[in-house]
Amino acid sequence: MTGVDVELPVGGPAGPAPRRDAAVPAAATTVPPTDAAALRGEGRRKRTRASRVFAWVALALLGIVFVYPFVWLVSASFKPRTEVFDNRLIPETFTLDNYVSVWQEAPLGLWLMNTVIVTVLAAVTVTFSSAMVAWGFSYFRFRGRGALFALVLGTMMLPGAVTMIPTFLIWNGLGQVGTLTPLWAGNLFGSAFYIFLLRQFFLGLPRDLFEAARIDGASQFGVFWRIALPLCKPALAVVLVFEVQAVWTDLMRALIYLRDSDTFTVPRGLKSLVDAFGFGGEWHWEIIITASVITTIPMIIVFFVAQRQIIDGVASSGLKG
Amino acid sequence: MTSTAIRTGGGVADRHTATPEERERNRRRASRRNVWSAMLFLSPWIVGFLVFTAWPMIYSAYLSLTDYDVINDPNFVGLENYAQMATDPKVLLALGNTAFFTLVQVPLYVVVSLALALLLDRAGRASGFFRTVFFLPKMTPPVAVGVLFLLLFNGQNGLLNTVLGWFGIDGPAWTTDPAWVKPGLILMSLWTVGASVIILLAALRNVPNELYESAKLDGAGFWRTSFSITLPMISPALFFVIIVNTIAGLQTFDEAYTAFFGAGNTTYSNDAALFYVIYLFQQAFEFLNMGYASAMAWGLFVVIMIVTAIQLIVSRRFVYYEGDR
Repeated sequence: MTGVDVELPVGGPAGPAPRRDAAVPAAATTVPPTDAAALRGEGRRKRTRASRVFAWVALALLGIVFVYPFVWLVSASFKPRTEVFDNRLIPETFTLDNYVSVWQEAPLGLWLMNTVIVTVLAAVTVTFSSAMVAWGFSYFRFRGRGALFALVLGTMMLPGAVTMIPTFLIWNGLGQVGTLTPLWAGNLFGSAFYIFLLRQFFLGLPRDLFEAARIDGASQFGVFWRIALPLCKPALAVVLVFEVQAVWTDLMRALIYLRDSDTFTVPRGLKSLVDAFGFGGEWHWEIIITASVITTIPMIIVFFVAQRQIIDGVASSGLKG
Repeated sequence: MTSTAIRTGGGVADRHTATPEERERNRRRASRRNVWSAMLFLSPWIVGFLVFTAWPMIYSAYLSLTDYDVINDPNFVGLENYAQMATDPKVLLALGNTAFFTLVQVPLYVVVSLALALLLDRAGRASGFFRTVFFLPKMTPPVAVGVLFLLLFNGQNGLLNTVLGWFGIDGPAWTTDPAWVKPGLILMSLWTVGASVIILLAALRNVPNELYESAKLDGAGFWRTSFSITLPMISPALFFVIIVNTIAGLQTFDEAYTAFFGAGNTTYSNDAALFYVIYLFQQAFEFLNMGYASAMAWGLFVVIMIVTAIQLIVSRRFVYYEGDR
């Protein structure tokens, strides 16, 4: 509250300014909304009916703008080649041919399988390793912890381009270029953002619980594995889902490391289809469109399955940042 | 208090019997054990940091002073790469494109996400549904966003120009006219504002109601309330969104690369979409000029540091952190 007094210039708009102190008790007598109600957006500032209707109309129009590209894409994927760009909502000629030919033109099944393998390995390893490191930073107290954690956060500032080339040379030296390994194995070592996120969560857990477990004879790892991790499931889910999304959609690493079409992930494969069938190629946009739908749908499914984790995770990344 | 963890190492049981010396010895031993356990938990990150951050940074700095091309051993060339960057017309072009993109895109992105967040904050029960709708595009793989750009912004029969035609506007050739490629990419990027919207909405919801009520009692109108309460209270989130999107804007790659670069495009000039990281990527992995690309990477690093530092300094004046929380 104190800061607001500074923000409001002295001298209210109407008549002699009421003293801020006088206003505070008045506000304090009103019932503060519960957190849950506030999150649902209920019991908030009273809005006029007109303003709410305006908001709904504006949101509905904007909602159409945001959803329509998906609708357009899905609709176009069911159109024959000549009608792809007719911008009709309902295809004039409905066809499933594109879905057949895209599987013939491209090893889509392989691409999907490669992506699933990389995504699962990347998400599972980064979640586990980040949790371990976050636990190391939140439970133990040792000299230099603050400085070391600052270093973790500092690595987030480093643009990927700086380490990109030597990292490529490492994987090249290990003979892993052309395989899927470089796309996920870096995740064995944790990721700064997730370490930060999980550490915040661990710090919020009651310490007594872990002390008690230690006294009862649990090992250090036991405390982490059997007590801390299970309590941390919601945060782990956030990390897992974030990483699934990041890896499934990653293009640059796939461009750097994958050479052979059979090893492509879906985004890399889609890029190769754009090259082959797009402006520079054969102008088979219906193939590209259909592959785009197939690339995107898993992410839409992930979103609807884990919507709450995603939204909460995104929202808290800003509040804590 | 600082040694709660340490005491559990064995000191608790013999607290009443042990002499001070023994206790001190126990404490030291426990503390050493404690540090070892901590290091065990931190080891993945420490190894990763050394192998995938520290060493690459050093090696990349070294490579930037060489003519390394993967095939031959690196030759030391001093600052030649950096000197070459300063006169490479493509570097200057890429810098100009990236600056244009970031300077236009970030403010638009922030204004649009704030507007959407304010609308959602006003929407009551409907806000949950629309929040989902606005976030959904963010889940779309950037490659697919690049494809959508080529399709929807197509000059002849793209959806955007068709809609513009309804209003009598003759839309430009967004995907081929060099003057319109960047504005088009910026417009397309606004489709994925979802994450910023959610961050700002969460910040809006966190503003204590009492502030609005006391402002009302003071007779503050809409504008006064917005500028004296809403904006200062959400300024940390706003600042976060600005910083994150600026850094992302300076490194923009996926959508533009998908639409304009790679093996496919032979039909028209893609100079207008040559962003810095795209050129860096080409130098490194298409032309195999790894030394030169490393120098470019450090150039990017310096630019990002300077921009972020400026933003941090400016933010001191405008960002309001509530109390000492």
